[in-house]
Amino acid sequence: MRSLWQRADRSGRASLRLPAILLSVYYAYMLEYRAELLLWALSGSLPIILMGVWTQAAQNGQFGLSAIAFARYFLAVFLIRQLTVVWVIWEFEKEVVQGKLSPRLLQPLDPVWHHVASHLAERLARVPFTLALMGLFFLLYPQAIWFPGWTNLLWFCLVIVLAFTLRFLIQYTFALLSFWIERATAIEQFWFLLYLFLSGMVAPLEIFPPTVRAIVLWTPFPYLINFPAAILVGMPVDLKQGLLAIAAWGALFLVLNRWLWRRGLKHYSGMGA
Amino acid sequence: MAIVEVEHLSKVYAVAMKEPGLAGTLRHFWQRQFRDVVAVQDVSFQIEAGEVVGFLGPNGAGKTTTLKMLTGLIHPSAGSVHVAGYVPFRRSPAFLAKITLVMGQKQQLLWDLPALDSLRINAAVYGLSDAVFHDRLTELGEMLNLGEKLTQPVRKLSLGERMKMELLAALIHRPQVLFLDEPTLGLDVNAQVSVRQFLQQYNQHYGATVLLTSHYMADITALCERVLLIHQGHLIYDGSLDGLLDRFAPYRAVQLDLAQGPRETVSLRQQLAAYGEVESLEGNRVRLLVQREALTATVSRILTELDVADLTVTDPPIEDVIGRVFQTGVVDGGSPS
Repeated sequence: MRSLWQRADRSGRASLRLPAILLSVYYAYMLEYRAELLLWALSGSLPIILMGVWTQAAQNGQFGLSAIAFARYFLAVFLIRQLTVVWVIWEFEKEVVQGKLSPRLLQPLDPVWHHVASHLAERLARVPFTLALMGLFFLLYPQAIWFPGWTNLLWFCLVIVLAFTLRFLIQYTFALLSFWIERATAIEQFWFLLYLFLSGMVAPLEIFPPTVRAIVLWTPFPYLINFPAAILVGMPVDLKQGLLAIAAWGALFLVLNRWLWRRGLKHYSGMGA
Repeated sequence: MAIVEVEHLSKVYAVAMKEPGLAGTLRHFWQRQFRDVVAVQDVSFQIEAGEVVGFLGPNGAGKTTTLKMLTGLIHPSAGSVHVAGYVPFRRSPAFLAKITLVMGQKQQLLWDLPALDSLRINAAVYGLSDAVFHDRLTELGEMLNLGEKLTQPVRKLSLGERMKMELLAALIHRPQVLFLDEPTLGLDVNAQVSVRQFLQQYNQHYGATVLLTSHYMADITALCERVLLIHQGHLIYDGSLDGLLDRFAPYRAVQLDLAQGPRETVSLRQQLAAYGEVESLEGNRVRLLVQREALTATVSRILTELDVADLTVTDPPIEDVIGRVFQTGVVDGGSPS
């Protein structure tokens, strides 16, 4: 009787219990790094530097965007970078090379959920620092304060979750190559270069030449930064096209990811597991 | 039906080869050459539920590879493995809930958090209710004498405490089959003893099956009645521990520190040879190999006839025993191959 009750209890609550515990433990884990969190948040200030460059340039030249528009755009980029930072490839590579994946594989839970939980928990721990930095920015530059409107804000919330998911999925897919090559992070470093220029991190897609922009829109990069940023600052975006592109790239990487995972596990033994 | 069934199990690895020097490095860069290394070859054995079996062999003999195949971490190249009725490398959740693997050199606990946090994750992963989790935590915590250590960050624990914590984490789901790879590695004698006692208690209490590798002979003698001996991938002995020691190590090493100063070596050597084979003689320190059946009589003779400052009796090193078994090339004790 007791076991029956337990089983019913388990199936009812287990679906929420495990994610809740994973998140709470990893949240505690991230809070162990209080000082580091501030430094990590600050280390994402490249958009703020670029903002300085572009607002200066906007005052002197013709870019179709005002200095204020640039400031808001790069502040949005800063926020998006803070909310979509992914480092799973470094963690995963370490686990594979050092054999730390083994104990995780012996538990009836796909090891990826540990990484997902630690990323989400880190996000929760980082948000106060990010908001504080943004508050400080608005204090220094009150002209840049804006309200995107409720509709855009809601779309932004949805798109930022999708952008994080896609970025995580892509990097985790590269991470799985650790099963075959010793330093999968080299791929990520090369990929990051493309990401840097094509995502809209160094310049809004708005000011790209039209042909270049048309080509870039076929890649996954602009949907990781430019797309949510444009929604947040109220630049014109094609919502349907953006969501479709995220879904398509997401599906592609998901299939590739699961395929590599199955192949990789078989290969894992070669490294002495 | 046996809880562990291994038949004609083999594992072949492809290992990249690199010649020394710059030329070798460049060749390695452009064209990797691989060589097949046979880690495990045609190994067969069965373990009944509740047995504690020692898995012995020198480094690189294939012990860890076999354990990894038994837990499903790696795919066998040939042969079949069944554990608790499951094929391990399919890693079905029902199978994973029945087994555990503890590796002395690897840890699963989150380093910067108290072990309790990692344990909560494990409990949730295995679907334990809060009540069951707390019962087991109390029970295992008492057996391992961990108590308040549960709330200390793992990095602040001593090596022994950490190993015990790893055991707790690995056993919270109460597995039926325990695979332990060097669980006492690097621990001091007291910690070794308490880990050993815990494993014994766990086995008796829950009727769990244990397959254990260790380089510490004391682990094996304290826990295992049966041992498997593996050398260069081959299973070369499967039988009782007593049988192994009687047959392949029928002697003990007796170390003496003589109280009097060094005398003329040749005559001392002759005098000592009366007690057993003189393995080494340096200054006042002597190592003798004495037949086991004559040990008590010989030691009492030594103590009465010689001026001894210190005397210790030790088992011959396990590597020596394995070496002897390998040299004789005997496969014994019901190995089906």
